[in-house]
Amino acid sequence: MNVFTRLLSGAALGLAVSLTPLTATAETPPNMLVIAHRIDDITTVDPAESFEFAGSDISRNVYSRLVYLDPMDLEAGYKPDLATSWEVSEDGKTITFTMREGVTFHSGNPVRAEDAAFSLRRAVMLDKTPAFILAQFGFTPENAEETIRVEDGKLVITTDKKYATSFVLNCLTATIGGIVDMETVMANEVDGDMGNTWLKTNSAGSGPYKLDSWKPNESVTLSSNPDYYDGAPTMERVIVRHVLESASQRLLLERGDVDIARNLNPEDVAGASATDGIKIEDELKGRLMYLALNQKHPELSKPEVRQAFKYLIDYEGMKNSFLSGQYTIHQNFLPATYLGASDENPFIYNIEKAKELLAEAGVENLEVEIGVREAQERIEIGQSFQNAAAQAGIKVNITVGTAKQILARYRARELDVYLGAWGPDYPDPQTNAGTFAYNPDNSDEANATGLLAWRNSWDTGGLTEKVEAAVTEGDRDKRVQMYLDIQAEFRETSPFVVMFQQIEQSAVRDNIANWSTGQAVTSAAYWQVTK
Amino acid sequence: MPLPNWLRTTLLTLGSIAVTLLGLLFVTFVIGRVMPIDPVLAIVGERASQSTYDAVFQELGLDKPLIVQFGYYIWDVIRLDFGTSLLNARPVSEDLARVFPATLELATLGIFIGIVLGVPLGVVAAVRKGSWIDQVARVVALVGYSMPIFWLGLMGLLIFYGILGWVGGPGRVGIFYVDVVPSVTGMILIDAALDGNWDVFKNAFSHIILPASLLGYYSLAYISRMTRSFMLEQLSAEYITTARVKGMSEWDVVWKHAFKNIRVQLITVIALSYANLLEGSVLTEIIFSWPGIGSYITTALLSADMNAVLGGTVVVGLIFIMLNIFSDLLYKVFDPRAR
Amino acid sequence: MADASGQTGGLRAWLLTDTPTSRRHARISALYQGWLSFRSNTMAMVGLGILVLLVLIAFAAPLLAPHDPFAQDLGNRLAPLGAPGHVLGTDSLGRDILSRLIYGARITLYIVALVALIAPIAGLLVGTVSGYVGGWVDMVLMRITDIFLAFPRLVLALAFVAALGAGIENAVLAISLTAWPPYARIARAETLTIRKSDYISAIRLQGAGPLRIITTHIWPLCVSSLIVRVTLDMAGIILAAAGLGFLGLGAQPPSPEWGAMISEGRRFILDHWWVATMPGLAIFTVSLAFNLLGDGLRDVLDPKASE
Repeated sequence: MNVFTRLLSGAALGLAVSLTPLTATAETPPNMLVIAHRIDDITTVDPAESFEFAGSDISRNVYSRLVYLDPMDLEAGYKPDLATSWEVSEDGKTITFTMREGVTFHSGNPVRAEDAAFSLRRAVMLDKTPAFILAQFGFTPENAEETIRVEDGKLVITTDKKYATSFVLNCLTATIGGIVDMETVMANEVDGDMGNTWLKTNSAGSGPYKLDSWKPNESVTLSSNPDYYDGAPTMERVIVRHVLESASQRLLLERGDVDIARNLNPEDVAGASATDGIKIEDELKGRLMYLALNQKHPELSKPEVRQAFKYLIDYEGMKNSFLSGQYTIHQNFLPATYLGASDENPFIYNIEKAKELLAEAGVENLEVEIGVREAQERIEIGQSFQNAAAQAGIKVNITVGTAKQILARYRARELDVYLGAWGPDYPDPQTNAGTFAYNPDNSDEANATGLLAWRNSWDTGGLTEKVEAAVTEGDRDKRVQMYLDIQAEFRETSPFVVMFQQIEQSAVRDNIANWSTGQAVTSAAYWQVTK
Repeated sequence: MPLPNWLRTTLLTLGSIAVTLLGLLFVTFVIGRVMPIDPVLAIVGERASQSTYDAVFQELGLDKPLIVQFGYYIWDVIRLDFGTSLLNARPVSEDLARVFPATLELATLGIFIGIVLGVPLGVVAAVRKGSWIDQVARVVALVGYSMPIFWLGLMGLLIFYGILGWVGGPGRVGIFYVDVVPSVTGMILIDAALDGNWDVFKNAFSHIILPASLLGYYSLAYISRMTRSFMLEQLSAEYITTARVKGMSEWDVVWKHAFKNIRVQLITVIALSYANLLEGSVLTEIIFSWPGIGSYITTALLSADMNAVLGGTVVVGLIFIMLNIFSDLLYKVFDPRAR
Repeated sequence: MADASGQTGGLRAWLLTDTPTSRRHARISALYQGWLSFRSNTMAMVGLGILVLLVLIAFAAPLLAPHDPFAQDLGNRLAPLGAPGHVLGTDSLGRDILSRLIYGARITLYIVALVALIAPIAGLLVGTVSGYVGGWVDMVLMRITDIFLAFPRLVLALAFVAALGAGIENAVLAISLTAWPPYARIARAETLTIRKSDYISAIRLQGAGPLRIITTHIWPLCVSSLIVRVTLDMAGIILAAAGLGFLGLGAQPPSPEWGAMISEGRRFILDHWWVATMPGLAIFTVSLAFNLLGDGLRDVLDPKASE
C-alpha cells in the first residue's frame, strides 16, 4: 500500500509542477498531420452509404463533389468543385452542370459527366441510409435513368417539383454527393452491388487525398493526391488515430505525438490550453442537444406539461459547469449560422414556474423514464434534469444504454423521454425542419422512423404544411421569415426541449495553421492545413 | 473389435471439444438474439428510412426462424467462414487475424513477466515462511488482487508516459512506425525482429511494456500465491525431511526436489492465467488504445455485430479448451495418481 | 463454587479440551481453536476489522454522511480534497464525494452479499451432484460448466446485462453467472475424493440415499474450501461489478456505486485526480480486506493449502 500512496503523492506532485515532462516532447514530421479522434463510428467509407461523423471526414477529403464548401471561406456557401457552372431551366426543375476539364481520378481516369451521373444514380439505386437526401427531390431507383442523365457532355438533373436551387445544391455538398470513378467501381462489382462491397473499405475519388487504409477502431491513413486539380496539399500524409479516452488524447498531444486532439472534455481543454505549444480552436457545430417528450404518454402530451419541462432545465448552470466551452444555449431546431436560424432563447431555469404549470395541468406524482446514451456529458445532463425535476415533484428514472439500445426503443416510440443529439445532414434549413416539425402521417403504421416528430408521436399541430411551403419558396428573404415563424411556434408548442448547440474544441499544436472541422455545415478538411 | 485405448481417448477428447464449442456458439447465438440491440439499426444508423431498414433485415436473414439461422451459421463455420462483420464490412476472419495477434503479443509478454517474477517470489516466500520476504510477497500479491485495473492503468499512463516520458503512449506503436515493417505474424515485436528493424522494435517495446507490466502484475499476484502454497505442501512432505536429514543442500532440496514436484500444478495455474489474459483484458485495451480481441468482442457485442462476437468467442473458447486439455494431458503424464 | 475467572478458565478449558464429551462439544471446540489461530493472524484480523467497519458504515450511512449524496451544486463542482465542508472534495455535479462513498458502501455490500449467496451455492449444487452421481449426468453438467468457463468472462457478463438491461440486480446476476463454474469444479473434485472414502461407503451400507449423503455428508465437507475460495474471489467480484459500472452497465445514475464513480471521475484524472482516486481507494481497501480475510481463513479452514 505504501508504494501506492507514494505513487499517488508522486502524481499529485507531478501535477503540481503542471505536467512538465522530463524529456523533450517529440514532434511529428513536417509533411505529416496526425490527429487523435474517436473513429469507432465508421461503418463504411462508401459515399453512397457513409453517414457517421468520422466517415464524413474521410469522404470530404477523398471525394470531390459537383459543388463544395471551402474550408477557408465557409460563409460563402457552396462553390464550384467538379462542376464549374450550372444553369437552371425556366420551370426551375432542371439543372444542367458543366464539368471541369482535365480533372482525373486517383486511378488516372478522367472525371466525366458520366461519372457524376453514375455516382448520383448509384446513390439513389443503392437506397442506403443517406439516400433520402436525394430521394426528397423525387429521384427513385425506377426513374434515376431519366432524371439523372448526360447530355452533350453535361450532367442534367430533373427534380419532381420546383425547389429553391440553393436547397438542391446544398444537398449536393453532403457526403452522398461524392463523385466516384465509374470504371474502377464497376470493375469491382460483385453480384450487382454497384461496387458497394468494395467501396465500403476502398476509395475511388478525385479529391485531395486518397485512402491508404482504414483499420476499424484503430486508424485511418490518407496520402495526398499529387495531381489534385487545385494543387497538391501540403500535408502529404494524414493519420487519424482512434483514441477513446480524453485523458489519453491529451497526453498524446502534450507529448507531441499527435498534432490535433479532437475529443478533449472541458477539463482537459482547460488543462491543455495551459500547456506551452498548444492552442484551442473553437468552432460552432450543427449538433443540437434536446429532450423529447413522447406524446403517447397521457401526462406528457398536455401542453402545460410540455411547457413546464422547458423551465426544468438548468441551462446556465450546465453551460457554465460540465458543458463549459463545448455547448452554448440554443432553444431552436435550426442551428445558429443556418439560413433562417432564430437566436431567441426565451426559456430560463425556473422551478416555480414549472410547478405552476404542472399544477394547472393537474399533474401529480408523475414518474417518467428517460433514455440516455452512454456518454458522460449526456448522463450528466440527465442527472441535472433529474435533480431539477425532483424539485418540481416529478420522479425521473434514468436508463443508460448503448446508442443502439436506446435508439431502438426511441424509434419504436417506447421511451417516455429521450435525451438526444441531432446533427444536420446538409447545410439547408430543410434538414432539421423536415424532421423536427414535419410529420405527415402520425399513425403507428406510417413507421416514419426517420422523423423525430413521428418518433415522439407528435402530429406537429399544422407545422407540417408550413415546412412543406418553406422548402419550395424561391425568395430567400421570404423563406427566412417562414422559418422564423415556424420556429417561434415550435418553441412554444412542440414536445421538444432544445437545449444546447455544440461547440467543437480542437486542441491543436501551435505550429498548425488553417485547421477546420467544417463548422455547422460540413466535416473536417485536411488539404488546406499547413505547419 | 474394440478400439485401441489411445484412439478412444483421442476421439473422446475431440468429441468433448466439439460439444463444448457447439454449446458455446449456441449460447452466444441465443444471447445475440435476445439482446434488445437491433443489428439492423447498428448498420443503417439513426436516419434510415423504413425501406432501407427492411432491405437490410432481409439481407441478414433475420426473418428466418432462429434455429434455421443457427444452422446456416454452423454450416458456414464448419467451412471456416465466419461471415462478414456487420459493422465494418470486412470478413470476421480478417478482423480476428488483426486483433488476435495484438492480444497474443500483450498476453504473452504479460504472462512472461508474471512467471519470471511470480514463481521465484512464491518459492522464496514458501521457503522463508513468515519472514519479511513472505510478508512483502503477500502484500504485493494482495495489492495485485485488489487494485481496479483501470485506475492503475490510467495512473500508470499519467506517471510513466505523461510525466516521466519513460514509455510510449497509448497504441501499439508510434505513429511514424505504423505499417513500416511488413506484417507477417501480426505481432509487431516479432515482425520488427524478423525484418531486422530495431527502431520499430524499440518503439513497439516502449508501447507494450506498460500494459504488459500491468497484466504481468495481475498474473504475478496469482502465480506467486499459488506457487507458495504448492511449495509449502511439498516442503512439509516426508521425503523432503528425509532429504534434509541426508544432508542435501537446501538449494537442491528446494529446486531439485520440491520444485520439481510442483511443476505440473504450476503449469496448470499458469495455463489458466494465460487463458485469462488471452481473453483480452477489455479495460486495459480501452485505456491503452490497444486494438485487441477483448475490446473487439465488446464493441461488437454492444452493437449487436453477432458475426464478430461469435467469431471472437470461438477463438477465445478454443484457446481456453486447448490450454485446458494441454494441462490435463500434462497432469496425466506427470502425475501417476491421476491415471 | 468457582469464582468468575475460574468459570472463564473452565469455559476455556472446556473449549480447548482434548477429550470432547459429545459431538457438539467437539465441533464447538474445533471452531474455537480455529478462531484462536485466526486471531493470531494479524493481517486477517485487520481484514475482518475493515469489513466489520464497512458493515457499520453501510448501516449508519444516514448518520455518518455529512451531506445528501445526491444533492447537486454546480457552482461548487470538482472541489479539491479538504475543501470546506467537503473533506474528500466534490464530483462533477458538485456532490460530496465522502457522502457518496459512504452510501456506496451499501451498494457494495449488497453486491457482495448477493453474489456470495448465488454463485457458490449454484456451484456447490452442480459440482456435488456431478461428482457423486457420475456417469452421463457428470458428462452433461461438466460440459455445461466448461462452456461457461470457456466464455470470455466480461463478455458473458456484458451480454447478460445487455440482454436484461443495465442495473445493479442484473449486474449481480451476470457476475454470478460467470462466477459459478470454478466453484462447481472445486466441489466436484472434493466430492470425487470424499465419495471414495470408507466412511461414505459405511453410510451407504447403512442405507442412506444419495440425496441425504450429498446434503448431510458431502456438502459440509466442501463448504470450508468454498468459503476460502469465495472470500478470495470477493475482490474479483467487487472489481467486476466496478468494471461493469465503468462500462456504464452497472448501477444507474445517480446511484453512488463505486465503480460508476470511478468511471465518472476518470475524465478528470489529469487535473482532478481525487474524483476517481477516492472510490478507487475504497474499492482497493475493501478488496484487500476480503483478501486478507480469505488468506487467514485458508490457514484455519484449509490447512493443507498453506501448511
